[in-house]
Amino acid sequence: MLDKRIEKSPVPLTKEDFASDQMVKWCPGCGGHAILSAVENVFPKIGYKKENFTIVSGIGCSSRFPYYVHTYGFHGIHGRATAIASGVKVANPDQSVWIATGDGDSMAIGGNHFIHIIRRNIDVNILLFNNQIYGLTKGQYSPTTPMGKVTKTSPQGTIEHPFITAGLVLGAQGTFFARVPDNNVKLMTEVLYEAAKHDGTSVVEILENCIIFNDKAFSSVTAREKREENQLILKHGEPMIYGKDKDMGIILKGTSLYAVKIGIGGITEKDILIHDQFTPDPGIHRMLGRMMGPDYPVAMGVIRSVKSATYDDMVEEQIDMAKKSSNIKCVDDLLNSGDTWEI
Amino acid sequence: MAKQKNILELEDVVVKFVGDSGDGMQLTGTLFSDTAALAGNDLATFPDFPAEIRAPQNTVAGVSGFQVHLGQRKIFTSGDMCDLLVAMNPASLKANLKWAKPGATIIVDESAFDEKGNEKAGYKTSPLEDGSLDSYHLIKAPISVLTKESLSNVEVDKKMAEKTKNMFVLGMMYFLFQRNLDNTLDFILKKFSNKPEVVKANQVALKAGYNYAETVEAIASTIKIGPAPMQKGRYRNITGNVATAWGLLAASERSGRPLFLGSYPITPATEILMELSKHKSLGARVFQAEDEIAGICSAIGASFAGSMAVTTTSGPGLSLKSEAMGLAVITELPLVIVNVQRAGPSTGMPTKSEQSDLLQALFGRNGEAPMIVIAASSPASCFHYAYMAAKLSMEHMTPVLLLTDGHMGFGSELFKIPKVADMPEINPPIAPPRDPDFKPYRRDPVTLARKWAIPGTEGLRHRIGGLEKTNIDGNVSTDPLNHELMVNIREDKVMRVANYIPEQEVFGEDNGDLLVVGWGGTEGMLKSAVGQMQKAGHKISLAHFNYIMPLPKNTADVFSKFKKTIVCELNNGQFVNYLRMTHPEFKYMQHNKVQGLPFHVKELTEVFTKILEDK
Repeated sequence: MLDKRIEKSPVPLTKEDFASDQMVKWCPGCGGHAILSAVENVFPKIGYKKENFTIVSGIGCSSRFPYYVHTYGFHGIHGRATAIASGVKVANPDQSVWIATGDGDSMAIGGNHFIHIIRRNIDVNILLFNNQIYGLTKGQYSPTTPMGKVTKTSPQGTIEHPFITAGLVLGAQGTFFARVPDNNVKLMTEVLYEAAKHDGTSVVEILENCIIFNDKAFSSVTAREKREENQLILKHGEPMIYGKDKDMGIILKGTSLYAVKIGIGGITEKDILIHDQFTPDPGIHRMLGRMMGPDYPVAMGVIRSVKSATYDDMVEEQIDMAKKSSNIKCVDDLLNSGDTWEI
Repeated sequence: MAKQKNILELEDVVVKFVGDSGDGMQLTGTLFSDTAALAGNDLATFPDFPAEIRAPQNTVAGVSGFQVHLGQRKIFTSGDMCDLLVAMNPASLKANLKWAKPGATIIVDESAFDEKGNEKAGYKTSPLEDGSLDSYHLIKAPISVLTKESLSNVEVDKKMAEKTKNMFVLGMMYFLFQRNLDNTLDFILKKFSNKPEVVKANQVALKAGYNYAETVEAIASTIKIGPAPMQKGRYRNITGNVATAWGLLAASERSGRPLFLGSYPITPATEILMELSKHKSLGARVFQAEDEIAGICSAIGASFAGSMAVTTTSGPGLSLKSEAMGLAVITELPLVIVNVQRAGPSTGMPTKSEQSDLLQALFGRNGEAPMIVIAASSPASCFHYAYMAAKLSMEHMTPVLLLTDGHMGFGSELFKIPKVADMPEINPPIAPPRDPDFKPYRRDPVTLARKWAIPGTEGLRHRIGGLEKTNIDGNVSTDPLNHELMVNIREDKVMRVANYIPEQEVFGEDNGDLLVVGWGGTEGMLKSAVGQMQKAGHKISLAHFNYIMPLPKNTADVFSKFKKTIVCELNNGQFVNYLRMTHPEFKYMQHNKVQGLPFHVKELTEVFTKILEDK
């Protein structure tokens, strides 16, 4: 559900209502352009008044985002977008708050704030531009760079185990997690709309190509000729089937997921798992989030979307309750409460 | 029959209650102080407790104390040495005897000075018997034993009976000071309203202590401290941390901007966070962040979103907030940063006080990042300066750093309750909807403050952030001349605040032989010392600063009228070096102390006397 508290626009809005007058300075071919396009598609569709969107970012290529959308915007400091946005939303719950961040910004320098905003379930939407590299500082490895990758700071290959974003988000008790490739704007727009509807922190991981420092990092998953074989696009209530011929699927055997071919070894369509994005049990969601090649397709779409109380709603409830029940209605009441005497 | 006692009339007296952490000394001291305040005394208190929550019982490490200074005159400080020491066990006597004046009265719980107790405290022989206390007026009372006896008809277990010994000793003190018991009896009744046997035990012990003191011969006289001459009005006792929280709430109400606090617990600032958490009925939004950085960053977000935003911390936390403070400077958003100073560096001595964060407050950020810095100077003054910090921050659209310290934060004094309507107006420059002239960095020509354009307002969508922006339009820019312009504007904006703060006052004559200069939490001690010397006929005055950046406009004028100037601080010379930089035309002497302790009046008068004698 869209947030009833946030005022709707009295007139239908279009992409142009959010077009900024600033020159977009991302490299040609950067995945950022597609993300910008999807956001400009989805904001009018969400339909809140255009003054009721605030975009907050940290530092990095991703974090130039607020300058490119005509909303209220705040370009913060490295790693702190989630902390700044927490303040915006708690102070001003009538805003639809969006965060643009990258893999380094959210999971290295800002790792602490990232897990805590998710744990608190503050009603914001996080666009996580994951390109598995530090772009703006020109090519050092990030916390999501695959082990062994040669970068400017790992000439012999990285010796770090990367984070799997989904694992981190779900480990922090995330209530909404989705993943999209940067070259499917249609899916991205749909998923961003789902994220906007979600009450609580929604994390949308965008597999973003960095054409300069980490080109084709996701090409085995996102390239036109490979995507049908290597992407499982999840839809709630539908079987987890993928592949060019729609003959591949995911089954649960014992405590693990397996990728199987329908028709082989007695597997029928009935054996294929049905996606339930709303189940509170994170078990299958975690396993879906971890799937990667070559043995598995990469899960795309909304992996998890569960109801849970949000921090910002509870703040409002506590304030309303205190205003009703407390004898202290103004600061003069407070100053004169307790032991006081006249001289 | 009790013998008629003498009455000793005193101007002021310093009392210190000390005992084991579990002996209830904080409560005893607080009740004693409240009763004194009701009797019209002026007073200041300071609790002195260990950093450890439950140190081993009856050891020196576990000693908890509460000092109160009361008088029939204006009281500036919680006192240095005490006239009357109440020690509930050997360890507390051992730890505090050095704070007793020569000839001080010492009341001890004799029953606690057994072999085991003495040994735990590290006494080889009993200090009550070995003559080591001969120079004091020692009153030995078997307090624990007498308390238990007095409760023989009350149905309480042994443990509870033991616990009420603090009420027994409080009763003794009430006799000594000829106080009325009603306020404390009433407090006990309210506090334990659902435990009638506990009410009875405490009330009986209190009265028993009073009666015992009346009969015992060792107490030959009672003390009379009359009402202090005070301005008419309604009063209460208040600690610095609570006063800070309330000053912020008052500023929020007066400005119409809801209060947002983003903070992380840290000694000795945590009480502000706890206090504001209680006041959601006044609309306070309190966000206990995951760390110091998130505390200030959430506050910056809230400020962007239109709240009166605050973050509270102590030294180590201020270090962590440095980068974000720069963000508040460059985005020109209002933000109050409260730093309750403690002894550093690093973790230092968390429960001990110091003034050693001044240079960090003034300069501890990357780039040219000027900030308004103000300092409160006593527990009750925290209310006013917290209010002024918020007012200046919002009206000038720039962060303000308020310095208090642990001594002030935990200490208390009487506070004349103001009316919020009588406090100065606060008018934040909020941009109206569809303001055709709005640009992110278009400024008021007089204050140079930009407008506060709050998300949700029609026609004011804009982007700001940590990257340098063009003046007026607010577009990202690396233009060299624009950067220099913006740096200078931000500096000028802060310096112009000097037009909105009071001129520096001088305590005493505005000219003379020696000007004592101080700032922040040392005011009480400096005033006491300077006042004493003025009475003795010396040409000495005090300029005590609350506004540090910018300094009051008449600062040079004040300095120019004295032959000598000495700057006294609880650090290694931070304010004096700031003055050497801002006002290099004067010569400054300095007196510094970095022991985690306040100045003592005697040490100050000795220093000042020596300077006045040196020709």
